[in-house]
Amino acid sequence: MAENKTSLVKELTKGIIKDNPTLVMLLGMCPTLAVTTQAMNGIGMGLATTFVLLGSNIVISALRKVIPDKVRIPAFIVVIASFVTLIGFLLEGFVPSLYDSLGIYLTLITVNCIIFGRAEMFASKNGIIASAFDAIGMGIGFTLALFLMGSVREIIGAGQWMGMTIPVIHESPMLLFIMPAGGFFTLGVIIAVVNKLKNKKPPQELGCSGCPNAKACGKAGDCQ
Amino acid sequence: MKTMIVILLSAMLTDNFVLAKFMGICPFLGVSKKFDSAAGMGVAVTFVMICATIVTYPIHHGILVPNGLEYFDTVVFILVIALFVQLVENFLKKCVPSLYSSLGVYLPLITTNCAVLGVTVLNIDNNYSFGQSIINALGGGLGFMLALVIFSGVRKKLEYADIPDTFKGIPATLIAASIVSVSFMGFSGLFN
Repeated sequence: MAENKTSLVKELTKGIIKDNPTLVMLLGMCPTLAVTTQAMNGIGMGLATTFVLLGSNIVISALRKVIPDKVRIPAFIVVIASFVTLIGFLLEGFVPSLYDSLGIYLTLITVNCIIFGRAEMFASKNGIIASAFDAIGMGIGFTLALFLMGSVREIIGAGQWMGMTIPVIHESPMLLFIMPAGGFFTLGVIIAVVNKLKNKKPPQELGCSGCPNAKACGKAGDCQ
Repeated sequence: MKTMIVILLSAMLTDNFVLAKFMGICPFLGVSKKFDSAAGMGVAVTFVMICATIVTYPIHHGILVPNGLEYFDTVVFILVIALFVQLVENFLKKCVPSLYSSLGVYLPLITTNCAVLGVTVLNIDNNYSFGQSIINALGGGLGFMLALVIFSGVRKKLEYADIPDTFKGIPATLIAASIVSVSFMGFSGLFN
């Protein structure tokens, strides 16, 4: 029993630092870059994704013995898209301001490779409770990464942070940081810092060889 | 006609899917190492975007809206795209093997490319007509290809650059992407 408990804690914590989905595994880049013009949006996107991840991981794990292997990918997609529709309704009803600022990227959670990756790599092979813990850990890791990105971009690019005004920078903020170009730059620098902290060789190029989802797409071996 | 050209060029340049809207970042970073694969991926994405628009637009306006089921958009669209990509792959494999061998490898990757789902949803959100939707998809696809092809040239140079160890790989690629994105900012304000 004790062993069981430690493994659950491990499932939970691995997503936060060691296997952080965004900064270490380099998954889910599109929302990471797109919505992080403000720290608050980052948190909103992170939590919305966590909700979808938790729901889809639980359902897919529960159905893992029912879904035939051949149609698993369409089946996963339907489950994920249903949860995305659900969170869309919830946000539209209860937090309309966040719904507006996330815009189309809320719909695009459907094709976030973190969710699909966890379904394929974890939920389809593990029990419900372990999958739920995995989802929460990955979700927190994703939310933290987005919050970090959003904070850096909002502080430097707008001179604000979570509704507070940052003294000196506010006078003449570097607008570039809240523009698309600043998103690429900030993420590049943050990943470089993470590489430095990990104190080992940087991860391989993003491509099929380094992509954890490679097995999910049939032709992974061939792509360059 | 004028609106058509504006939609085409703004989808291609000012609102470039990759560099301004951050859709399809994974293929942008993953498949842009070589010119050939960048161009191949670009053509495949453009093709699927246009076809996905042709299929999803009638489904939305013909089936979902009359029945009050608009909220099923996401579920239906992604399924249609997944199905369609599979169909195209099988069709090419059987009937046009030469095209299959050059495009085929990119097709499965496209299902999870957010630019494709993105363009179909944007067409609906912007209330485009059928013609405008197709033009928007064409512009989006061409813009995607343009970004990929330009970036493959930048990365070729990047391989010979002497970069600090920490920045090697993804960080340097992202910072190069940032500079390419700055150059695309030059197009902003072109159409108002």
